[in-house]
Amino acid sequence: MQYLLLFISTVLVNNFVLSYFLGICPFIGVSDRISSAIGLGLATTFVMTMTAAVSWFINHKILIAFNVPFLQYVSFILVIASLVQLVEMFVRKTSPPLYRALGIFLPLITTNCAILGLALLSALRDYGFLQSVVFGIGAGVGFTMALVIMAGIREQLELADVPVNLRGAGITLITASLLALSFMGFQGLIKG
Amino acid sequence: MTSRHIFVDGVFRQNAVYRQILGICSTLAVTNLLSNTLVMSLGLVFVTAMSSLTVSLLRTVTPSRIRMMVQVMIIATYVIVIDLVLQAFLPEISRRLGPYVGLIITNCIIMGRAEAFAAKNPPWPSFLDGVAMGLGYTVVLMSIAVVRELMGFGSLFGITVLPPWFTRWTILTMAPGAFFMVGIVIWVMNTLDPPGRAGQAR
Repeated sequence: MQYLLLFISTVLVNNFVLSYFLGICPFIGVSDRISSAIGLGLATTFVMTMTAAVSWFINHKILIAFNVPFLQYVSFILVIASLVQLVEMFVRKTSPPLYRALGIFLPLITTNCAILGLALLSALRDYGFLQSVVFGIGAGVGFTMALVIMAGIREQLELADVPVNLRGAGITLITASLLALSFMGFQGLIKG
Repeated sequence: MTSRHIFVDGVFRQNAVYRQILGICSTLAVTNLLSNTLVMSLGLVFVTAMSSLTVSLLRTVTPSRIRMMVQVMIIATYVIVIDLVLQAFLPEISRRLGPYVGLIITNCIIMGRAEAFAAKNPPWPSFLDGVAMGLGYTVVLMSIAVVRELMGFGSLFGITVLPPWFTRWTILTMAPGAFFMVGIVIWVMNTLDPPGRAGQAR
């Protein structure tokens, strides 16, 4: 039950993109087609789940055990970079079609601040192992959802008559603002 | 390229936030209070300037195949410095900024400058370029924060300035207000100073 609550709150109430502002760069850059949004979302969810698990081990079994928590940033960013590399190699060997679909998105994930944010947040909140993993999956699903919704809106937006200087990032941010506003409606769903 | 050029380019013409749409995550997250924004911006100026300087000093000895890794390590080192300083001297602000201090590492402005400028130029111009980029970020963030704190909380730097009869626009201090303000800033800046053909990044 506790895990279910954590999952729902991470996906809907504390959505990574819309209420923590994490992962905005791909949110603006890649959200113009639904198909690419789904691809990036899935790849990110996968890396997030792995990162949550591995960074928990590194944080608790190495950094805290040896009393060097200030190395968190360096070690987390290394974990993420090597995980992304690993995922890329694994996917290329096992499923070439998936690799072709995800290909270009994988390297982009390393610089996605949502992933580092996830590792830092779960360290900051002192989550247990299972909690971290659930948090990771929830964050990934929330990210994917926000990205796909945004892509859907933007495909429609191309038909609209937007002022010239507002085109591109400007209108995307204002759309995101309205999206965040509607997501605030979920706030009463879970206490705390 | 003179120092003056580097400055004008960094602060206005190629402004990282509204022109190149870089570093938006932290722009959105920390601009609800002026004090948070100021600390965050100073931290970013320090990290950008110092990492540009270091990357530039090491540019001849860094093998190009692993240069990304080296750059990330250099940036992470300076971020750790900032984080420890904040925890020691400004624990309150450090707690409020939470993970966003650490997220300076993945702020695309720094990586972008290290890769685009510092890796090809001598140390002094690189340092200036880092400072200018950081200042451009600071200017935009501070102006957003002034509006958000003034309208949302009725205060500046935590000191109440608006009379009580002014209804606070609380929505501006929350997530939707952040997206909205940044969107408006991009619109206003594009209108005041229309980007050339090369200017628009995305």
